[in-house]
Amino acid sequence: METKLYTITIFSENSVGLLSRVSLIFTRRGINIESISASSCSIPGVTKWIITAFTNRELLDQVAKQVERCIEVLKVFVYDDDEIIYQEVALYKIETNLLFEEPHVERIIREHSARILEIKRDFTVIEKTGHYRETEALFEELKRFNLKQFVRSGRVIVTQSPNEYITDYLVEQNRRINKINDATE
Amino acid sequence: MENNHISGAEALLKSLICEGVDTIFGYPGGQIISVYDKLYDYTDQLHHILVRHEQGAIHAAQGYARTTGRPGVVIVTSGPGATNVITGLADALMDNTPIVVISGQVASDFLGTDAFQEADVVAMTQQATKWAIQIRRPEEIPAAVARAFYIASTGRPGPVVLDIAKDAQVGMMDWSHERCRAIRSYDPCPKINPQDIDEVAQLLETAKKPMIIAGHGVMIANAEKSLLEVAEKGNIPVATTLLGLSTIPSDHPLNKGMVGMHGNLGPNSASLEADLIIGVGLRFDDRVVGDFNAYAPNARIVHVDIESAELNRNIKTFKAIHADADDFFKALSEKIKPTNNPEWLAKFDTRDKFETEKVINPILKPAEGPLHMGEVIRAVADAAPKNAICVTDVGQNQMFAARYFRYHADKSFLSSGGLGTMGFGLPAAMGAKIGAPDRTVCLFVGDGGLQMTIQELGTIMAYNIGVKIILLNNDYLGNVRQWQELFFNSRFSQTPLVNPDFNKIAEAYGIRTGKVTRREDLADAIADMLSDDKAYLLNAAIGSDEMIFPMIAAGTSYEKIMISKNENYFPLK
Repeated sequence: METKLYTITIFSENSVGLLSRVSLIFTRRGINIESISASSCSIPGVTKWIITAFTNRELLDQVAKQVERCIEVLKVFVYDDDEIIYQEVALYKIETNLLFEEPHVERIIREHSARILEIKRDFTVIEKTGHYRETEALFEELKRFNLKQFVRSGRVIVTQSPNEYITDYLVEQNRRINKINDATE
Repeated sequence: MENNHISGAEALLKSLICEGVDTIFGYPGGQIISVYDKLYDYTDQLHHILVRHEQGAIHAAQGYARTTGRPGVVIVTSGPGATNVITGLADALMDNTPIVVISGQVASDFLGTDAFQEADVVAMTQQATKWAIQIRRPEEIPAAVARAFYIASTGRPGPVVLDIAKDAQVGMMDWSHERCRAIRSYDPCPKINPQDIDEVAQLLETAKKPMIIAGHGVMIANAEKSLLEVAEKGNIPVATTLLGLSTIPSDHPLNKGMVGMHGNLGPNSASLEADLIIGVGLRFDDRVVGDFNAYAPNARIVHVDIESAELNRNIKTFKAIHADADDFFKALSEKIKPTNNPEWLAKFDTRDKFETEKVINPILKPAEGPLHMGEVIRAVADAAPKNAICVTDVGQNQMFAARYFRYHADKSFLSSGGLGTMGFGLPAAMGAKIGAPDRTVCLFVGDGGLQMTIQELGTIMAYNIGVKIILLNNDYLGNVRQWQELFFNSRFSQTPLVNPDFNKIAEAYGIRTGKVTRREDLADAIADMLSDDKAYLLNAAIGSDEMIFPMIAAGTSYEKIMISKNENYFPLK
């Protein structure tokens, strides 16, 4: 079974304790989460999580179903890289005097289409957005110059499809709930 | 005018009453004392059973829930009170039992300080519940209770936990209660797709060797009638899982027995030959399937379950149908045509005859030797009323009871199937009897399992709970002993038990007892046990080397089935 990096998006109600419940499901199947980010999405009240993990599709589909079983989870989607547009951001902290002493550094920043976020007397922060291998490539280059700090965000993604699939789901659910409420009134 | 400004503790009790609760299993303690104080005013509406250990409370609630179909309610205190119910939660999650546990919790200000009797119950129970939530404010209580009951009892039922901080119990709030009717992120009622039903009907028409396997989901969905209708209309053989026992009467000609590790030769062999298996409300777990890669090699498998996450989880299906069991059978019965496969049906009967001769008769009609578990169980089944409930503990007692009891009424079998919790039996039987006071409840339990929750004899005494306890006493942890004899060179590591005088123990609790060691005394002993509706302990001395057969060794295929220690049955040869 082919193991590769998959992206999982989870839409949920904003609920205390859901993070641990969800992460335990990955743990139980021995899947290590590579990155995770959660934030409110374009629909008010709905939280969107983006998780990446190296695993195989069959196992991940089962995990997705298990996650969807959690009461407050609305919907779970599993994506291959070609189904999504994705991006990560990385920050690199170097000593400011490097910019003056090492002519390579400026060239490296330019070649990697990175940008300088902030310059302080002691340190400078470089920002690079891109795919993992791109932020990694810059990391490999800067590593030679006494890199002070390095941090990489989790993935953010949008789907190749025009709309977020969750929209239809919510319309459907609201219709279901209205029907139940009408029937009981 | 009624005073609606009440404490969280009182709101909790009023909410329970609104949800139709009249029975609670529980144990008081420091962080739940406010609820118990209020309960003092509500004893006319809420019957509280004071157990002897919190594990007893939750297993009793499980027995109650599974006999009544209504959620079992448990109230415990914080810390150890709550951690003591975790085994029961895990058990109820595996066996899909609606349970609402209310646990006390330290006051909000103390959370996370390792306060006295503080345990992070919500975190600890995440993987053992369908839903768990902490409540820190009194006004959250009614809605949380409503949600808890809705979640516990709908869809695939399961246990939920409400962890209520002390200040939420004590604080005041304006009471109102509305039942939960729907949750946006949780749809427990899948819709049947008519095309799926047409397709299954079509598959049945062309199948030469079809078989239905009915699981616990059939019982939970109250689909016993519609299952029978489909089976009879289509003339399709039916097998059940362990927890599917009693979904079809034992003496029904289409009931071909139980599948799984200690199942019957007929349906287990049939799984190798069947060309169509319709599995409804079961998980196809390892005890049912044996070797996942060798299961049902010739069959198209149609899997029907109310839990979509179970579909294509353990085995690959030809057709997965996300539906309620009763909806499925009702829809199918309108489309189904009678099948005519006399040779296929006859195969079950041939194997059944072989099993009867080789395995069953030597147990039921032995010429000599010590009592067998199977003969004690069958004698009880024959003497008990037809609607008696068979409750088991876990181990050989469970497998023998499953195989040798007779089921004539719905919801007659109650056992810890998924988790296999020793100690489940006695409290579960207690709860079953409270839930079904008009039915005879027969508990089959081993000497090991009985001692895991034996303190509940105190509860049985206090509330006069008329449970018939049949102790299958072989002075061994019999099931492990069997594996040691078969697979570990008879090295009986830590399985012999030095036992107390169980009759004396029961008598100390004022429970009438009997003892039987000789075959010729068995009938009289059982008659004495069943002569009234009070609790009774029958101590039956079983041979210590008793083994349960047939047996399919763990993780192996059904092509080789042990029918005795030295004899195998090969279905395909």
